[in-house]
Amino acid sequence: MIRHLLAVATALMVSTAATAEEIRVAVTTSFENSGLSQILLPAIREDTGLDVQLLVVGTGQALRLGQAGDVDAILVHSRKAEEAFVAEGSGTYRREIMYNDFVIVGPEDDPAGIAQAATAAEALQKIVAEKPAFVSRGDDSGTHKKELALWSAAGLDPAAFDPWYRAVGAGMGASLNTAAGLDAYILADRASWLNFGNKAGLALLFSGDPALFNQYAFIPVNPEKHAHVRNDLAVRLENWLTGAHAQDLINTYTIGGETLFTFNAKPE
Amino acid sequence: MSDIYDGLISAFWLMVTLDPELMQISLRSLQVSLTALMIASAIALPLGTFLAIRRFRYRRLTISLLNALMGLPPVVVGLIVYILLSRSGPFGVLGLLFTPTAMIIAQVVIITPLIASVTHQAMRELWAEYHDLLISLNTSQGQRIRTLIWDGRRNLLTAALAGFGRAIGEVGAIMIVGGNIENATRVLTTAIALETGKGDFALALALGFVLITLAIGINIAIHWLSRTESEGRW
Repeated sequence: MIRHLLAVATALMVSTAATAEEIRVAVTTSFENSGLSQILLPAIREDTGLDVQLLVVGTGQALRLGQAGDVDAILVHSRKAEEAFVAEGSGTYRREIMYNDFVIVGPEDDPAGIAQAATAAEALQKIVAEKPAFVSRGDDSGTHKKELALWSAAGLDPAAFDPWYRAVGAGMGASLNTAAGLDAYILADRASWLNFGNKAGLALLFSGDPALFNQYAFIPVNPEKHAHVRNDLAVRLENWLTGAHAQDLINTYTIGGETLFTFNAKPE
Repeated sequence: MSDIYDGLISAFWLMVTLDPELMQISLRSLQVSLTALMIASAIALPLGTFLAIRRFRYRRLTISLLNALMGLPPVVVGLIVYILLSRSGPFGVLGLLFTPTAMIIAQVVIITPLIASVTHQAMRELWAEYHDLLISLNTSQGQRIRTLIWDGRRNLLTAALAGFGRAIGEVGAIMIVGGNIENATRVLTTAIALETGKGDFALALALGFVLITLAIGINIAIHWLSRTESEGRW
């Protein structure tokens, strides 16, 4: 009996062994939640034969996975952290792929009146003056880092805020759910917001300030540091992501008539 | 409320149309949790029985430890297995992180104490009943464990099903060690977490109902196959 069970267990485990050429890429939650990955992955598979396995995590965790050599490449959006990652030798180089922008989302009736603000800094100052609930990602992700940078650019320090500032420590979608439940303000990337299904009483209130620019970049993990990393596959993927087909797919991806991402990779 | 209704409707259609993606993640859920259950049972049933019949110095401590480990937080197990299997960890060379095997390892760690502990409780009572008989027959340790396991199989089934329930509904550990990779390590619970994150509550609920249906189905199937609750067999 036990021998049979063991045989079945072994068979089950063996059957999970890999067959196609697989590459593991850690990407930010916004890339997956926006729905763009659903468009790109099948095309990548068709054009290059690569089976891209996405690990959807925050930028902070993506960088950790890259440092440990658990993924072959990362696609994230936090320039300073990316440059540090390359400088410490964890990644070979940083290649810009595309951008979108961040938006400030909040309750439809906009108690803080940020819709009339001229700049992102002014919008944040209005929020601090009114002290409505504000949800922060609080997970060291690219969006979280951006939010902190915006507060400090506006001359404010979230650490000193009253309990109305809630750091939830969750992904973009989960944070939006929390904001919807609390009727709170939140900084989100435009793509995740448009693709988000549970908008409840929330609306897009502020966008368009150049300070809200959101650049995505691709970084292959350094094969000199981790010999098992498939750098050849990472380079093949990078060539596709910076090529014409990717440009076309990224620029034409829309939700409800709105373009989400703009391709801006420069040819080498 | 309407979300629950929508969820039920889409769960129904997903199952009726045998949605290929749903089939794939459901099968993977079953594959991971059933494999984990088999491995955990192979360890825990003899261990629990052994603890019931054998007296040794640190027995009390071992049993308390086992009971405490029943409440082991899956996220912590996930994190520890993750660190061990990471490329920079001690078992990194095996390249097991983000594979179903890693998920199985984490689930074995989570459910083994639970199964062993329930087994121990059940076997202790059975052993009180069988003690004099088995001693007088001059049986060996191995024979005693086998006899108790066989005669206590109904309680052991409950122990195993409790373990299965914990494994199939678990999300914290397998999210960390599996990574929720589409077509590779995505299972029902991690897919539910993902759809909730996207704000698609109807689909998340639908997957939840599928998970519940699956768990009930497995329980009924096991009871039916082993013919419990029918007269004269137990």
